[in-house]
Amino acid sequence: MKTRSWRLMALVFVAGLTIALRAGAQGQTAGPAQGSAPAAPTGNVDNGKKLFTSYGCYECHGREAQGSSATGPRLAPRPIAFAAFSKYLRQPTGLMPPYTSKVVSDADLADIYAFLRSRPQPPALDSIPLLK
Amino acid sequence: MSKNLSVDRRRFLKSAAVTGAAALVTGPGSASTQQSAPPGSGTAPALPREVDPTGVVDVLTTDRPGGDFMVDVIKALNFDYVAANPGSSFRGFHESIVNYGGNHAPEFITCCHEESSIAMAQGYFKIEGKPMAVVCHGTVGLQHASMAIYNAYCDRVPVYILAGNTVDATLRRPGVEWDHSVQDAAALVRDFTKWDDLPASLPHFAESAVRAYKIAMTPPMMPVLVVIDGGLQEDPISPETKARLRIPKLTLAAAPQGDSGSVAEAARLLVNAENPVIIADRAARTPAGMKYLVELAETLQAPVIDQGGRMNFPTRHALNHSERGRELVASADVILGLELTDFWGTVDAFRDSLIRSSRSLTKPGTKLISITAGDLYVKGNYQDFQRYPEVDLAMAADAEATLPSLIEAVKRQITADRKRVLQGRGSKLADAHQRAFERARADATYGWDASPVSTARLSAELWAEIKNEDWSLVSEIGNVSRWPMRLWSFDKSYQFIGGSGGAGVGYNAPASVGAALANKKYGRLSVTIQPDGDFMYAPGVWWTAAHHQIPLLAIMHNNRAYHQEVMHLQRMAGRHNRGITRAAIGTTIESPNVDYAKIAQGMGVHAEGPITDPKDLGPAIRRAIEVVKRGEPALIDVATQPR
Repeated sequence: MKTRSWRLMALVFVAGLTIALRAGAQGQTAGPAQGSAPAAPTGNVDNGKKLFTSYGCYECHGREAQGSSATGPRLAPRPIAFAAFSKYLRQPTGLMPPYTSKVVSDADLADIYAFLRSRPQPPALDSIPLLK
Repeated sequence: MSKNLSVDRRRFLKSAAVTGAAALVTGPGSASTQQSAPPGSGTAPALPREVDPTGVVDVLTTDRPGGDFMVDVIKALNFDYVAANPGSSFRGFHESIVNYGGNHAPEFITCCHEESSIAMAQGYFKIEGKPMAVVCHGTVGLQHASMAIYNAYCDRVPVYILAGNTVDATLRRPGVEWDHSVQDAAALVRDFTKWDDLPASLPHFAESAVRAYKIAMTPPMMPVLVVIDGGLQEDPISPETKARLRIPKLTLAAAPQGDSGSVAEAARLLVNAENPVIIADRAARTPAGMKYLVELAETLQAPVIDQGGRMNFPTRHALNHSERGRELVASADVILGLELTDFWGTVDAFRDSLIRSSRSLTKPGTKLISITAGDLYVKGNYQDFQRYPEVDLAMAADAEATLPSLIEAVKRQITADRKRVLQGRGSKLADAHQRAFERARADATYGWDASPVSTARLSAELWAEIKNEDWSLVSEIGNVSRWPMRLWSFDKSYQFIGGSGGAGVGYNAPASVGAALANKKYGRLSVTIQPDGDFMYAPGVWWTAAHHQIPLLAIMHNNRAYHQEVMHLQRMAGRHNRGITRAAIGTTIESPNVDYAKIAQGMGVHAEGPITDPKDLGPAIRRAIEVVKRGEPALIDVATQPR
């Protein structure tokens, strides 16, 4: 068998997502930015974009961090608070692999976070005839 | 067994053809047998004088070979098509199909790989509801076919396989025919076929052929295999054999239903439940299946989670809650599973990250009811039966066949008071369904203008062009985040055919072509979302589609990777705390990027792409649909987001 069932993969992902939501991570439905959280460190958007690809974040979350109902939640353009973001990457509770500081530095995280925040807002739903 | 019979048969034929039994025992060096025309071969040419050291010759010319009778049997079983890559081990049968049978019902579908033949038959059945025949070499062809047979087996789809082979070693031509011969051809695939046989005579073939059809079509449906001996195909039918030839009557077995006591108990649990949930996987075998499931859900005002093994439930129905599966499972007090591939995985979570652990998703006391024909037939070697589910009520029965009696039992137990409660539940569910649909639309806006094209955009562009047609989606949808199920309105049984079954890559393209072949006579617009990795397994099936003028609109989901494996490698690298930048090694299909449009064009298929700007997609689809409406396949290569 070449691949595992996508349904199983999706189920396992959802298990992780549920826990992630409890931990404060943002799910497929974007919410407002968490204003009470500490401010995110300044990051380099261009480097963050490179890292988002080279570190494989895009694989599950999409190249625009738009998310997938099957593999990984939407991360942009309004990511969860940086502290929760960092905590989840270091010790994920779902299917996502862990990214320790040995392989992704705090500076890298800040750059990736800056990239996520730089993503443009999606067009308004009502402005897209195909989705009416 | 058959070897001896085969030898006897051949010598019998010989004795009928030559002047007498003495010719059979003529010693070496003294044999010089003048062959005479065989019985019934008045048009056969004069045969040359031959010298054989054993004194044994077979007279092979005839107007009526065994393959003709095999075709009679196949025609009696009402096959429309037989898919095959040509092979010498079934050359006699092949010739009988195209000449004696007139290449009609069945028509020979030329395939470029046996994996394509089988997967075409798998897709064909899921539209047409009857099997397609496949012929292959009993050795190399069956080896090619084996992965696709496994997919069909896991998907509970009957594929009717005929495998050529020559058992009698003394009758084989030197060289390749020995490489293409085997003692027990079916052994290779016996672990994942339902039944097989090696008929030793034409009457035996007729009985086995009809029996195989009946077994394949009895739930749980699975592939079957009948080996067709080369001698039986090619040799003349003797007068004695001819007198014994008949085709047994086919009477399909009624699908097994749940027993009345279990059905009544299931109805009692469902009617009295506060939060019942119906989960369907390969439940709807026929158009009636969806109708029954809608009736049951509406009677109970219970939500339905369609796991997508078949087209079980209309996507826009207010009781379709497939996007809320986890939430509903967690709150359910009764769960009815209909032909679930993996009941355990439906109600349990399995974590495979920092730690490996599992836990139940249901609350304590939740009653689990299972109706599946899978409980009637389980094999040991291949493990597609999944983890053992601890259910409370199990009916070893076909779900669709059981639904009418379950519906009646439910109706009998619903009181007027209970009906009012159920209606209130239905109103809340309708609201939740609408919210889920609105959420899907909003989610689709993210990455809307992205390049590579988002799978949501791809699905929306495609839907806009086909929604006013009589369409049929004949592909898997898991790799595109199930967007079609979230955005489109599916309400007909032929609008979706589920997945591969065994998750063996290489299914999608040929299964789509096979399903499109079935849709052709109904004038439906067949549409497939074609993954790039799958395309590369046996791309010759696009030539088959062009050659046989099978109309099919293929939109490539070209993420330039075996993306599931990218994610697996990434998971391993993350877990092992190293090398997270190397997941593309061995998993991606880049450098160079494959020009799928050019490949398709080379096989006679209209093709465009790769499309990278989402604005170009709609016009390209419209151009392709014009081609498909002329009765031809068309392919649009689209560079896409991973999922």
